[in-house]
Amino acid sequence: MSRFKKKKGNTSPGINTASLPDIVFMLLFFFMTTTTMKEVEMKVMIKSPEATEVTKLEKKSLVTYIYVGKPMRQYQSKFGTEPRIQLNDQFATVDDIQSYIVQERELMKESDRPLMQVSIKADYDCPMGVITDIKQALRRAQALKINYSSRATDKLAYN
Amino acid sequence: MAKREIPEINAGSMADIAFLLLIFFLMTTTMDTDTGLARTMPPPLPPQEDAPPPIRERNVFEVLINANNQLLVEKQPMALQNLKDAAKVFIENPANLATLPEREEIEVPFFGVYPVTTKAVISLQNDRGTQYQMYLAVQNELQAAYNELRDELARRKFNTSFNELSDEQQNAIRVIYPQKISEAEPRNVGGK
Repeated sequence: MSRFKKKKGNTSPGINTASLPDIVFMLLFFFMTTTTMKEVEMKVMIKSPEATEVTKLEKKSLVTYIYVGKPMRQYQSKFGTEPRIQLNDQFATVDDIQSYIVQERELMKESDRPLMQVSIKADYDCPMGVITDIKQALRRAQALKINYSSRATDKLAYN
Repeated sequence: MAKREIPEINAGSMADIAFLLLIFFLMTTTMDTDTGLARTMPPPLPPQEDAPPPIRERNVFEVLINANNQLLVEKQPMALQNLKDAAKVFIENPANLATLPEREEIEVPFFGVYPVTTKAVISLQNDRGTQYQMYLAVQNELQAAYNELRDELARRKFNTSFNELSDEQQNAIRVIYPQKISEAEPRNVGGK
């Protein structure tokens, strides 16, 4: 008599995992399509300021970015530690903004040009002097719709 | 005849590979939906144009920020916490005071004739040395004042929040509380 008789019918059948890859692939494709790879390499350090009354930037294709902040560590020997402007992949000065905006506007569809938005991504600690210069340059370039990029918080820390 | 069995490809590791890719995309993805405070700047002034007509003092809500991030509102120092309420009182002028902006009865869709402070302007001036976060905080508070007023009116009139109203209703409320934040040409007095 067999003492170790195989129990028949009592073992639960293993869960079929054949569809697991499908599910994971679905997730994968979701992330692949929604992901936005960083288009520019950041050369300035930006810690976003905070605000409560933020609105979302609607269409990415209408937005042009201007980055302002202290240069990263590896660029500090060359560009110093004062807040600098970054346009696309390189450091720039206020005088470059006007031609940059014109150039970006040329790349847009003609119907989209009046809707162009400029998002100013500046470090929270940067002095307003730089920002004001940028704003004046944008006004001269007729890019009047601007967006001060800021993180959404529930409550503002009053200092 | 012996039945030839085709060995099945073991697909057990497929999930692992897919997970690996998934995790890679999870890590590299930046889901930051860009948010921020939207503003429209005035077009540049033509150089030879005359100065704009002066605005009566009661219609201007003057906010100054100095290089030490201190606020001066209507010539009085003020803490940032109080700015929103002060701005709300200014925009609405509930008690119809002579020191606050004049109310004009105008025809507004949905509301009929409604007293609106059409000439009220918030004037914001900052120093070149003002910290960006402080400037944004002030902008934020002023925006909050408008948003709260609009939302309160929407709740009183339509019983829902401003964001849930139809476009026409939103525009009607925007007529009553137009957002007028003017920024003066920058000054440099802080010496930074």
